[in-house]
Order: sequence, then structure tokens, then C-alpha cells
Amino acid sequence: MIKNSMSIIKRNTTSKEPYLFMLPYLILFATFIVFPIIIAIILSFTNFNGLQFPKFIGLKNYIDLITNDDVFMQYVLPNTIKFALIVGPGGYILSFLLAWMLAQIPKLPRTILALLIYSPSMTTGIAMAVVWTVIFNGDQTGYLNSLLLSLGIINQPIQWLQSPHYLMPIMIIVSLWSSMGLGFLAMLAGVLNIDPTLYEAGYIDGISNRLQEIVYITIPSMKPQMLFGAVMAVVNTFQNGAIGVMLSGANPTPNYAGQLIVNHIEDYGIIRYEMGYAAAISVILLLMVYWISKVAWRLFGEND
Amino acid sequence: MASFSGTKINPAKFDKSQLPFYIILIPLAIFMILPIIFIFSHAFKPLDELFAFPPTFFPQKPTLQNFRNLFSATSESGIPVTRYLFNSIFVTSTIMIITIFISTAAAFALSKMKFKLKNIIFEINTLALMFVSTAVTIPRYLLISKLHIIDTYFAHILPLMAMPVGLFLIKQFLDQIPDSLIEAAKIDGASSFYIYRKIILPLIKPAIATVAILSFQIAWNNIETSNLYVNNESLRTFAFYMSTLTSNVGNTVAGQGMAAAATLIMFIPNLVIFIILQSNVMNTMAYSGIK
Repeated sequence: MIKNSMSIIKRNTTSKEPYLFMLPYLILFATFIVFPIIIAIILSFTNFNGLQFPKFIGLKNYIDLITNDDVFMQYVLPNTIKFALIVGPGGYILSFLLAWMLAQIPKLPRTILALLIYSPSMTTGIAMAVVWTVIFNGDQTGYLNSLLLSLGIINQPIQWLQSPHYLMPIMIIVSLWSSMGLGFLAMLAGVLNIDPTLYEAGYIDGISNRLQEIVYITIPSMKPQMLFGAVMAVVNTFQNGAIGVMLSGANPTPNYAGQLIVNHIEDYGIIRYEMGYAAAISVILLLMVYWISKVAWRLFGEND
Repeated sequence: MASFSGTKINPAKFDKSQLPFYIILIPLAIFMILPIIFIFSHAFKPLDELFAFPPTFFPQKPTLQNFRNLFSATSESGIPVTRYLFNSIFVTSTIMIITIFISTAAAFALSKMKFKLKNIIFEINTLALMFVSTAVTIPRYLLISKLHIIDTYFAHILPLMAMPVGLFLIKQFLDQIPDSLIEAAKIDGASSFYIYRKIILPLIKPAIATVAILSFQIAWNNIETSNLYVNNESLRTFAFYMSTLTSNVGNTVAGQGMAAAATLIMFIPNLVIFIILQSNVMNTMAYSGIK
């Protein structure tokens, strides 16, 4: 019997069958994910307007980005860092705390509350923008304006989404609101699946409060889910970059107040047709995501 | 040990020690759902209530007028809304079905077969979880135009089919299914394809449901494709049509009513599918960890 199954495994190592099963996925993966990344890297070293053949210019795009692009250095980069630092870790910690609290209550209320908390993440992109433009509408029929007017806090309606002053905070609130997505569900499942005897053992070993319990038992026992959640948080934060343009309805956003790195790519690549330059920004973005995820890997990875 | 009885994860029934959690969770959940309730009530408001100051929370005289306006409306180029809706449904369902087949097949190979490049492929796929698709819009555009699929349904469908997170979740789920089941079938002479169809697919239903939801959300909400890769108005999707509503008439109140109605149409399928399949999703997410 053992011999028999051994021979089956052996037969598989030489067979082409696994590749056959992998083939459709691999072709699409290579074509639409790997290949575009390679093109972006190559184009980032060229001057390319979309029509003429790309001209190799070495590191000029990267040097320009750092030394010549005032908008990038003054607005886009600080905005992106501010947005990412608040929305990324903020959304992540919030996801974990909510998941942890939800795990402390019985199944039925937990399912209902989890659904309510998860539902905003279903309204990605344009639906999200519509939902919030109703609230932040610039005239007095907007919910927030009307509330503040009736409370006497303001005298005239505020153009929330056109205001360089308010756009970024609104983007952060909206993004946090919609950040309880897949990572949140993973962490909820993670907390629920921790072996209860671990807690018992922990209390015998001298854990005395809930905080210690989270630090010494809960998080170490669900590291893989914590890592998955962290990667999802990083990706969502950068993927959501278009939110400022959707809310304000303009690229560039008013006074570049909500301009994030993703919008800067579109501004150069699609509006100005400087595709080599846009590709260089894309490469920087991908490197940022990769580098930040690596930090998460350090924290929660098991074999790194 | 007294303190331990209070720290019970996944309790079977209500206990007053749980009250603090309810006190935090319930207001938060209400805050999360509030904007969506606004959109609901907005969608059913007649015109004069959309204009009303102060705005009413719930519609006084609920009406379907916004939906009627939406469906009788045609875009500037004369395409009826139903056409956009058809495109969305067609594109989304195609993506879902194909995504499920290619990712389950690939996950089966990655989890249950032995071959040389297995670990490398899985590691690359895990790395691709970090992939931010908006970063490569331009290379994708160049690629799609070189493949001559601009202005076709293929431009909608092909780029969204390979979903690293989908493959990842199915593979992790498959890993906990014992190999002995498959080996037994092999000894009985079953082919790999037969095993895939008759043993693997039925066993991983929860993971399939989860990936179906995810790919539905990505495809259904996608506007980039219609924006960038499709210039033919009759091939654009409902999500795209909705974005034109907000940018052209978004600040006028009548447009807001229509946009709210459109948001409901975007949102309801997501919600219904998730509610039906939520226990499958939770079951799958239990194996979602990255090790």
C-alpha cells in the first residue's frame, strides 16, 4: 500500500499534468500581472509619449521625480505618506480590535454586527463616492452642512469636497470607514479559531488581564491571519488612492490637497501622455507597497 | 481561575460581562451602516424632498421615481441604461465563472500534486497578493492595445481573471483536506481530472463561494476598464455609467436621486450574495493565514 502510493507520487513528478492544471491561470497571471510590471520597469527608463518608440534615457525619470517634480515632492509624496500612515495602520488596528471584540459575543449578534461593519467595504470605488457626496454635499441640502447649520456651528454651507482644507481628512474618514474588508474577516476567523485551552494555560502561567492576553496569546496564535490582514491593509490603502479624485470630481484635486501617488500616475500617464515618467512613479509605488509589506512580514512572518 | 471565566472567546450565550463589547460595537456598527441607510432613503425620495432643507432622514412620501428616471434615462450617446446593466451582468458572470475554474484547477495542482516549480509558483503568487493593479494601468493599456482587444468584451474580462488572492485562499483551504482521500481515488484508477471534478470541487465549496464573492465585487465595481480600455459606449458597464451620473449631474439634486438609485442597484447584489454565503466565507477565512 505504501509502496503503491509512493509510486503514484513518483509518477506525478515526471508527468506534465500539474502544469496542465496550472496553465490557464499561469498564462493570465503572467500576461496581466507579471508582464505589465516588467513593462513598467522597462518604460521607467525611457521617454515615451505613447506614439513614438520609447527612447532610453537611463535614470532621468527617477532623477526628475526627486529633483524637479515640485508637485510630487510638495503635495503627492507628503499626502501619500500621511494618508497611508493613518489609513493603513489605523484601519488595520481597528480591524483587529473590532474582530477581537466581535469574538467575545455570541454567534447571532456577532454575525449581524460583523455584516454591518463589513458592508461598507462592499461599496468600493464609485459607489463609495456617491454615498459620501450625499453627506458632504456642498450646499445646505447636504446632511453634514444641514446638521451643522441647524446646530448653529456654521453660518453658511461649506464646500467640503472642493475645499483643500477638508478634502484630505474626508478621504481618510471615508477610507477608514471602508477598510473593514477581507483582512477584517480573516482576523475575525483567526480569533475565533484559537484553541481555548491556550488561554487557560496562559492564565495558569500568570496572565492577569485582557491586554496581556491579547499580546501574549491572541496575536501570537493568529500570526498568519495577522499577516494576511496586514498585506490586505497595505494594498487597500494604496489601491484606494483614487478616492480623492472621485470625491472632488477632479484630477488634479483642488490645490492638490487630495493628490495621492496613484492620481499622479494617471495625471502623467493618461492626461499628459508622459508614459515613461508615469511608469517610473508606478515602480516607486510598487516598491513602496513591497517594502511596507516586508515590514509586516518581519512582524508576523513565521519563516523569514 | 476566576478571571478566566470572563475571557471566553466565542461564547455560547449572552452574559453581562459581554456588555462593554456591545456598548462599543453597536454604535460603531450603526456609524458604519449610516451612510448606506442615507443612500437607501435618498433613492426613494421624491424630487421635492431631495431639495428639502433641512434634509429629511427618511423619505416622507417614498417613490420609485428615481428608479424610473434612471431606467428611462439614456446616456449622452443614446445608449439605454439596460444596455450598461446587461454588459455588467455579462462581464461579471463570465469573470466569476472563469476565475473559479482556473483558480481551483491551479490550486489543486499547487496543493495536491508534486512538481518542480510548485514552491516558486506559490511564492510568486503570495508576493502578488501585494499587487496594486492601479499602478500598472498604463502598461496594461499598452498591452491591451497590442493584443487588439480594445473595445471588446475581452478587455473587460481577461485582465480580471487571474486573481492572486483567490488562488491563495483556495490553495490554503485545500491544504487542510487530507491527501489520503485523493490517494484512495488514485489507487482506484481515477484520473486527475476526475478527482478534480468529483472530489476536489465538492469539498472546497466554501472556498469557491468566497472567491466567487471576491471576484464578483472586483468585476461588478470595476470602472477602470470602461474608462480606459473601452471607447465604444455600448460596451461600457453600469458602474461606469454611474460614475458619469455623478460627474455630470452629481451636484444637481435630481442627479443625486438617480445616482442614489444606481448605488442601490450596485450595492444590493453585493449584500445579498454576501449574506447568503457568509458562513462559507468565514469558514474559508479561517485558513487565510500567510505562513
